[in-house]
Amino acid sequence: MSLSEVALQQLINGLILGSFYALIALGYSMVYGIIKLLNFAHGDIYMTGAFACLSVFGVLSVIIPGPGGIICSIIAAMIIAGILGYLAQRFAYRPLLGAPRLSLLITAIGVSLVIYNFIMVITNGKASYFESGLDNSAGVHIGDIKITYIQIVLIAVSALLMIGLTLFIGQTMTGKAMRAIALDQDTCRLMGINVNKIIGITFIIGSALAAIAGGLACVYYGNVQYSMGYTMGIKAFTSAVIGGIGSIPGAMLGGLLLGLLEAVGTQFLTYLGLSGSAWKDVFAFGILILILILKPNGLLGKSEIERM
Amino acid sequence: MNININNNTGDSDILLKVENLETYYGKIAALNGISFEVKKGQIVTLLGSNGAGKSTTLKTLSGIISPSAGKVIFCGEDITNKPAHEIVKRGLVQLPEGRRIFKDLTVIENLELGAYTLKDKNMRKRLLNKVFERFPILAQRSKQQGGTLSGGEQQMLAIGRGLMLEPKLLLMDEPSMGIAPLIVRDITNIVKSLHDDGTTILLVEQNAKMALGLADYGYVLETGNIVLEGKSADLRSNEKVVKAYLGG
Repeated sequence: MSLSEVALQQLINGLILGSFYALIALGYSMVYGIIKLLNFAHGDIYMTGAFACLSVFGVLSVIIPGPGGIICSIIAAMIIAGILGYLAQRFAYRPLLGAPRLSLLITAIGVSLVIYNFIMVITNGKASYFESGLDNSAGVHIGDIKITYIQIVLIAVSALLMIGLTLFIGQTMTGKAMRAIALDQDTCRLMGINVNKIIGITFIIGSALAAIAGGLACVYYGNVQYSMGYTMGIKAFTSAVIGGIGSIPGAMLGGLLLGLLEAVGTQFLTYLGLSGSAWKDVFAFGILILILILKPNGLLGKSEIERM
Repeated sequence: MNININNNTGDSDILLKVENLETYYGKIAALNGISFEVKKGQIVTLLGSNGAGKSTTLKTLSGIISPSAGKVIFCGEDITNKPAHEIVKRGLVQLPEGRRIFKDLTVIENLELGAYTLKDKNMRKRLLNKVFERFPILAQRSKQQGGTLSGGEQQMLAIGRGLMLEPKLLLMDEPSMGIAPLIVRDITNIVKSLHDDGTTILLVEQNAKMALGLADYGYVLETGNIVLEGKSADLRSNEKVVKAYLGG
């Protein structure tokens, strides 16, 4: 493999990883944007989505095996995660919207622990394996670079979801209302916008996106475990902050950037004679800290100080 | 039912009736049971200094704050504890203090959100064109972010956004606040023209001179109580009003 081919291969790996981060970061950023809550339960929603996909496919694959069954299972996971996200919002967060932000944050940590422990108990803390029945190694070769079909689908699905979400936020009345609520809730009420309903929709969309990531993780990684949401949640949260929390394109950019930094960093460090996979987080987060020092509001974030 | 209709005929031109409205912030009373009314086609002003309870009154009417006692009757219907988005649908529309436009959203998006409750796209389009006819400058700037407009233009945008809701009663909270003196005259003219087009207006102002110049009737609010009311002409010559609010 030549150096440029190695770089390209890592670029693909980075894009895959980044797509996962981005899909989950979107939920973080949307929720933060609209009610200024760091929803630490979001990683667990992703994990629940993965388990929902696994369980549904376990039953469904008998009738519809292969991609059709997987797609249906992911849709089911979206619905289940959407309901879970909505319930968390309705019963844990909404009553506290008038309370100090810290109470809301602690509640989010509480919700995270409840989901995490609940899934741990019902799965006996064991990892499950997702038998997709697909050939994960099938793909196309370009020179020495290999892209699997699953990787292609994963990147395409993520790209389509991000385009779809951007159009939704930018063009629909619900999307416009979301952006307006992020700016000024009371004025939105005066415009006849049912603020609670739009906040609920935001949670449902964010959770459904996390569930898609969970379903894709089932297919791509195979391993599903109660603890999988923790690291993913932290990384996605980081992505959202790097991109500028509250910003939708920022979450996408931050996720992809973090994925690329990790992949490229691994390779780069290996060249230096270090253990790349062990040091990759140090490398990636070192660069992220540097970005934040230069741009404290994130790459696409808005400064909180506004001209009156 | 028939008997009721007969009983109500005398009040049929009353658009808004507020009865003994009380609002608390925690344990502190902001409104101590105020009563007033607005008749169809009138401009009524609520005068008072900072902290008198003017904005609280409007927020309570719009359902942003819940009152602890009292009643708000709009178009004959008790709307006292209805949620804000339900009240707006009935045509009671508030233009909040300080314009409060959505600064990161474009002018056209701001206006569209005004008509959020309308599900009919064509109707929204028609209302949008009406606003653009009234304020041609907004049409010119339709793709610009709201925050890039000047103060006066932002006020036009805020008013335009309110008109998208086709108000039966427009609550205006200090439209002259933070506006250059020259532009205040423009705002005054806009209020006049809205009134000429048949909109009933409840105008809250610290600028008593402007407000009394526009209004048919006025109420004076002091620390949560209505202490004085009367026709604008009478209030203008009232010694107390002159002293406290007209700088006489």
